[in-house]
Amino acid sequence: MATVVTVTSGKGGVGKTTSSAAIAAGLAQAGHRTVVIDFDVGLRNLDLIMGVERRVVFDFVSVISGEATLNQALIQDKRLENLSILAASQTKDKDALTEAGVGQILDELAELGFEYIVCDSPAGIERGATMALHFADHAVIVTNPEVSSVRDSDRILGILQSKSKRAKEGGKVHEHLLITRYDPVRVENGEMLSKEDVCDILAVKLIGVIPESKAVLRASNTGVPVILDKDSDAGLAYSDSVARFLGEDRPMQFVIPRKQGLLSRILGGGD
Amino acid sequence: MALFGLFFGKKKTSAAAAKERLQILISHERQNRQGPDFLPDLQRDILDVVKKYVAIRDDHVSVRLDRAGDASVLELNVTLPEK
Ligand SMILES: Nc1ncnc2c1ncn2[C@@H]1O[C@H](COP(=O)(O)OP(=O)(O)OP(=O)(O)O)[C@@H](O)[C@H]1O
Ligand SMILES: [Mg+2]
Repeated sequence: MATVVTVTSGKGGVGKTTSSAAIAAGLAQAGHRTVVIDFDVGLRNLDLIMGVERRVVFDFVSVISGEATLNQALIQDKRLENLSILAASQTKDKDALTEAGVGQILDELAELGFEYIVCDSPAGIERGATMALHFADHAVIVTNPEVSSVRDSDRILGILQSKSKRAKEGGKVHEHLLITRYDPVRVENGEMLSKEDVCDILAVKLIGVIPESKAVLRASNTGVPVILDKDSDAGLAYSDSVARFLGEDRPMQFVIPRKQGLLSRILGGGD
Repeated sequence: MALFGLFFGKKKTSAAAAKERLQILISHERQNRQGPDFLPDLQRDILDVVKKYVAIRDDHVSVRLDRAGDASVLELNVTLPEK
């Protein structure tokens, strides 16, 4: 049995693809056979973030429509032997994602021996997003500490709790809150919702806090999941989050401001 | 900002305002989605009917479904403006 982990948010641009790449790479590093699927049909980007954009021949939709086999479409990661990528189609219509078609591919991936299937959901609540939500066993709700992102996350929770396959069968999707682009200095100054605030409002268990970090852009520039940058704050925060997902207990890092000199505090410094 | 805060004491921060607004909004939105799917449509239709006769704002009509024992009670509240 494979576990489907859907990375979702409602609101766009909050860090779903960054997080999907990091989580999938982290699970593979921990020794689990993992595949990460781009559900953003028409606007694929996961291939770029994973650094495999020049190796995409077939995609998710071409497998559903029977043009290619799953083995032809899966791209084996060159850094991590346990990791494969299934790209989204750039040209086809998102209606190509049918419930039966997606369900069958997930079953086949499980038969191929993948333990984790990470689904990078598109923004919004249209077909690609609802398909990814529908099949979720676990949902990682990516939220920025900002009003519209928090509100959209709550809407996604509502959909998970009423319309997902698990909910319809009387069960529950495991929900995990991942707060990204967190700035502890602004939180301390009262300019940004704190992680406690967001947890209070959404009432979902916190799996990690990823700081606002220059390492994320650096990673995407070079097509390397940021979790592989072991010297970076964001990379370490993602490693901790994956470890917590796998049941480990780890303290939160990078959630309080770094100590600064008195002068820079008074002048309101920081980077 | 830090210096300003030191001299003038703590004002309510913008983050606190955000939290308060979100809590109110989200508890409202959760209540709405707990009911059956037709509640928002019903609310809109009722609003349209009442508006034919009285000028009211959208938030002057509220429709709620409460469970009392083995029966459900549809509670309809229409606030009419003062004459
Ligand atoms: N922790 C972070 N620190 C700094 N920048 C970040 C962080 N996380 C994400 N970003 C940046 O935010 C932008 C959006 O990230 P990403 O593409 O992962 O979001 P998304 O939720 O997948 O977007 P979409 O909804 O369009 O699919 C990117 O430019 C990314 O580099
Ligand atoms: Mg994305």
